Amino acid sequence: MPEPILTVAGVSKTYKNGPTALKTVDLEVNRGEIVALLGPNGAGKTTLISIICGIVTPSSGSVTVAGHDVVRDYKAARRAIGLVPQELATDQFESVLATVTFSRRLFGRSGHSDYIEQVLRDLSLWEKRDAKIKDLSGGMKRRVLIAKALAHEPEILFLDEPTAGVDVALRRDMWKLVHRLREQGATIILTTHYIEEAEEMADRVGVISRGELLLVEEKDALMAKLGKRQMDLTLVEPLDAVPAALARWSPTLEDEGHTLRYVFDAKAENTGIPELLAAVAERHIAFKDLETRKSSLEDIFVDLVGQRA
Amino acid sequence: MNLHGIWAIYRFEMARFGRTIWTSLATPVITTTLYFIVFGSAIGSQMKNIGDVPYGAFIVPGLMLLTIFSESVFNASLGIYMPKFTGTIYELLSAPLSAVETVIGYVGAAATKSLVIGLVIFATAHLFVDLHVAHPLLMLFYLLLVAASFSLFGFCLGIWANGFEQLQIIPLLVITPLTFLGGAFYSLTVLPEPWRTVTLFNPVAYLINGFRWTFFGISDVDVLACVAVTAGFGAFCLAAVVAIFRTGWRLKS
Ligand SMILES: Nc1ncnc2c1ncn2[C@@H]1O[C@H](COP(=O)(O)OP(=O)(O)OP(=O)(O)O)[C@@H](O)[C@H]1O
Ligand SMILES: [Mg+2]
Repeated sequence: MPEPILTVAGVSKTYKNGPTALKTVDLEVNRGEIVALLGPNGAGKTTLISIICGIVTPSSGSVTVAGHDVVRDYKAARRAIGLVPQELATDQFESVLATVTFSRRLFGRSGHSDYIEQVLRDLSLWEKRDAKIKDLSGGMKRRVLIAKALAHEPEILFLDEPTAGVDVALRRDMWKLVHRLREQGATIILTTHYIEEAEEMADRVGVISRGELLLVEEKDALMAKLGKRQMDLTLVEPLDAVPAALARWSPTLEDEGHTLRYVFDAKAENTGIPELLAAVAERHIAFKDLETRKSSLEDIFVDLVGQRA
Repeated sequence: MNLHGIWAIYRFEMARFGRTIWTSLATPVITTTLYFIVFGSAIGSQMKNIGDVPYGAFIVPGLMLLTIFSESVFNASLGIYMPKFTGTIYELLSAPLSAVETVIGYVGAAATKSLVIGLVIFATAHLFVDLHVAHPLLMLFYLLLVAASFSLFGFCLGIWANGFEQLQIIPLLVITPLTFLGGAFYSLTVLPEPWRTVTLFNPVAYLINGFRWTFFGISDVDVLACVAVTAGFGAFCLAAVVAIFRTGWRLKS
């Protein structure tokens, strides 16, 4: 029986003189899970995370972290939480070591601990521990924020767009870090605009748009359930129009008639491919290549958000 | 009680002061020296004693408070305003700290710095005048009370302020005039009516007279009233801070 570490129940938020950033959201996350919240700008991802972490007061609903209500029992709940914010907000004149030690103390732990060294080494910050934060590059600053969030050994980590404004190498590093943290048993909730990131890191994916959590699904199940596949036939001779005999599969012509594309439902019993190929052969339409591919989360996402728009 | 958390804030704030320690200490020493040259020697030699107290010594408590007011308000307000300004406040808001613990950290640090500066001025004053403090323990206690109260006030100001100019406007428009008009440099007894009575409505007059009483055992107003006003001001600021945190006013959306 998986044990929920985070329960969000009926949480909504309307900012004063502002928009309704979140309509009623329910979410449950189990210990050890990695959940990606995917959504466009202004969807309400940061708002949701801020409510859980105690930075924004919800208009309604309740949140429980590690069995503690985040309002009534805020101290215990917050000790279990680590937060890496979206914005790069740092104390410019502090050293790396000082700011990470500060964070650990702030969350009620002694500043004298080998754990701090370990975190800094894990994030390749140990060599830079005496550097002032203002002298670090943007990517390094983001690592510092992660080190600060991890400093008090939280059980659940929130990463709000960890790879925004980060180069490819650092993004890969970040992914590795997330996997390593998961091996150590951490629960991680991250937000992102990038589908590849959700695909790479998450066990489950939640899609947020305009303040609504449209769905939360196992990543693989989501791909299988909503995933469309597509088959491209590269034709020897281009076609002007789809032959009437193929109309029941409603394929499309791409690439100026050089490609016949058929989109099908990957989870259906009968994909229709054998029949289509037989019909193509019957009509003596020659093709030199055949390719099928899975649609990515990106396609699924565009579909979903499009449907509700 | 999150003692580590309080300690973290206190250390952070003290480190911030530490980075500017020489300007922080040189400024009050130089200002005090200037005041003594002008008021103590140049003008003071023309002034008659107030009671048994030479004028040069008489102005020492007011001079100390003048700096302590502004240092306390400035440091405490900047301490909480800066995280709001840079965005690092997210960490404070998401930390397992109660309102009281947060305030102890920030206000404790600001009050400590004011206290140190106050004592530096006190020491500097010794170079110019003979000073015998009648009630040294009470004097220290009073200094602490005033420093803590004004740091609390500064903390509220820092939460309220939406810009740097707002941080400066209140000390400039309210505290400094009230201090000068509250008898920092003169005895209320020299004032003609109705100004004497008007001054009795200035709370700062009570703070200054109470503090002066710990030095010389003289006060223009009732000492108990002085203590009551000082403690009342501190309690009012404390209540304001607790209310601010409870409602999240200007801190949380
Ligand atoms: N403090 C605030 N006051 C008023 N409105 C706000 C505030 N913070 C966010 N909003 C609004 O709430 C909505 C959701 O914002 P939020 O920051 O949660 O989105 P997001 O999904 O994190 O977007 P992004 O991907 O751009 O970070 C937006 O319309 C935003 O303008
Ligand atoms: Mg955001």
